[in-house]
Amino acid sequence: MSRSRSFALAFATLLAASAPAAAQLLPLGRAAMPAEIAAWDIDVRPDGQGLPAGKGSVKDGERLFLEQCAACHGEFGEGAGRWPPVAGGRGSLKSENPEKTPGSYWPFASTIFDYVRRAMPFGNAQSLGPDDVYAITAFLLFMTDVVGEDFVLSNANFASVKLPNADGFRDDDRETAEKQFWGREPCMKDCKTEVKVLGHARALDVTPGEKKGPKVD
Amino acid sequence: MGSEDRKLRLGRRGFLGAAASVLAAAGARADAPDPAITEVQEWARVLGDGVATRPYGKPSQFEKHVVRRDVEWLTASRESSVSFTPLHELDGIITPNGLCFERHHAGIAEIGPQKHRLMVHGLVERPMVFTMAELRRFPGRTNRIYFLECAANSGMEWRGAQLNGCQFTHGMVHNVMYTGLPLKALLDHCGVRTNGKWLLVEGGDASLMTRSIPLDKAMKDCMVAWAMNGEALRPEQGYPLRLLVPGWEGNMWIKWLRRIEIGDQPWHQREETSKYTDLLADGRARRFTWIMDAKSVVTSPSPQAPPAAKGPNVLSGLAWSGRGTIKRVDVTLDGGRNWRPARIDGPVLPLSLVRFYAEFDWSGQELLIQSRAIDETGYVQPTKGELRQVRGVNSIYHNNGIQTWLVRADGQTENVEIS
Ligand code: HEC
Repeated sequence: MSRSRSFALAFATLLAASAPAAAQLLPLGRAAMPAEIAAWDIDVRPDGQGLPAGKGSVKDGERLFLEQCAACHGEFGEGAGRWPPVAGGRGSLKSENPEKTPGSYWPFASTIFDYVRRAMPFGNAQSLGPDDVYAITAFLLFMTDVVGEDFVLSNANFASVKLPNADGFRDDDRETAEKQFWGREPCMKDCKTEVKVLGHARALDVTPGEKKGPKVD
Repeated sequence: MGSEDRKLRLGRRGFLGAAASVLAAAGARADAPDPAITEVQEWARVLGDGVATRPYGKPSQFEKHVVRRDVEWLTASRESSVSFTPLHELDGIITPNGLCFERHHAGIAEIGPQKHRLMVHGLVERPMVFTMAELRRFPGRTNRIYFLECAANSGMEWRGAQLNGCQFTHGMVHNVMYTGLPLKALLDHCGVRTNGKWLLVEGGDASLMTRSIPLDKAMKDCMVAWAMNGEALRPEQGYPLRLLVPGWEGNMWIKWLRRIEIGDQPWHQREETSKYTDLLADGRARRFTWIMDAKSVVTSPSPQAPPAAKGPNVLSGLAWSGRGTIKRVDVTLDGGRNWRPARIDGPVLPLSLVRFYAEFDWSGQELLIQSRAIDETGYVQPTKGELRQVRGVNSIYHNNGIQTWLVRADGQTENVEIS
């Protein structure tokens, strides 16, 4: 052991002894290195925290999308077969068949960037570089009329992108909005006079064994 | 295939066909001595398999039908899909490891414990990396029994009765005894800064599944677990390490847990915006609806487990609440005209399934069977109609409405909705 190394060690021990909280620390685990944190810490927040430096255009995004995404999500993001759509659905949230896509439903553009970067393309995740993800995000924003076709998305202008349904969410309010479900003394005797069967699962016949069925997510 | 085996398979296959044949068999008169008794059976004469021919024991060959099943039309691929717990075949409160429902977003990651790491970083004094071996050397190891329910359990029933079987309507729940560490022990070890208010938890599979969790919950009762029901986690359940978020929706219980970041705000990840938000009738959505409300289901009789015969019968079911302990379960056989309290048997633990029974005598009349759970907060499980009234039918998640099974005179049992 070199002189300076042993000195450093002794110093560290001294330091540890003088800081009571650190002294109680069990010797379990080791310090995470900056390079290790950087390798795993790829999450992006709505305020832009976590965005890597980079940029990408709608045009490049279209090319990448056709190459790597359209087979499942459709050329226009409409979803091929039962694969999920990633565009369309604007104005459908109150309808009988709401279509929830980044453009119609998601509150924040950061979620598109974050999710595509960590999980897509399905089966070859984490293969896209930052510029590719900027370009694909720009293309998805273009597909739902949030940006124009000449748009170039970057870490510098990311915060300017607002999604149409940003205000469509509220925090869990079940305890007030559904307070009637608490504290009731439920009826035990002669609670109804008649009971009618309103619907049978059998009428639909979608229990496994059948191929057809309604859409769910 | 023995005739016994064939009968079982056929009987269990046809959900509705099963009952009639069973009823007929029960009515047969036995005036000749039973050959099962009078004849020397094969197994009573010759030797069976020796020890260690089954080094990891499996269920009896006569239980082959007791398996997880999926619903093919539900998803485009089996790698992002779900298989359901066969609740109708189980009893007690513990779900066997191999039957716990699966929900994967990128298939089952097979991660060797030597290569697995858990990183804790962000707003902490000491960003750290732990190996599995180090986690097992931490003081404070605990064992806890918790239910895990997917927020989308019963999600296919919002618009009306769809699937004939509690495996499919309610099978995205399981109940397991976990072994691991309180998450608090790890967070304290790393020293959460005073401005740290939220956790981002991340899995190591090909979806890098992430969720935001408030620090209060993490400090209160979350755990990191490496064992379920006494043995290592199954790969399907996140081997070698899974996060437990007791009482809260299953998606938050990150499998293959590899990273915990501390921050001062939620991250609004895909699984808490696009998914796991509850769209209401007015086109707006609730987010961060983490708690699973009180719920119950009769597992027998049910479409896959019709009554075996007229005469004495045992109704059996499960109840649970993400808000605490189940206080009472009521059952009705006449579609809610009259109710009686069920008999809860076995451990009654907070944030765990409880098992209930109600013995009844069946004379062959039509039955409309329901159960209703009440938890320690006074929450009474609502009807599906009451839920739809406040939420509409588009919310997919958090459907804890009362389930109805119709038992017909011939024993066929099906999923219905009633007034
Ligand atoms: C092999 C088929 C496949 C390919 C190729 C693919 N995806 Fe996906 N994508 C999926 C599946 C499956 C999901 C849902 C995964 C889940 O829920 O676990 C998904 C989900 C998504 C979502 C979220 C949808 C929502 O409503 O939450 C986005 C956005 C997305 N993909 C973008 C992309 C992009 C961009 C690419 C190309 C770089 C891509 N996908 C390539 C199959 C695919």
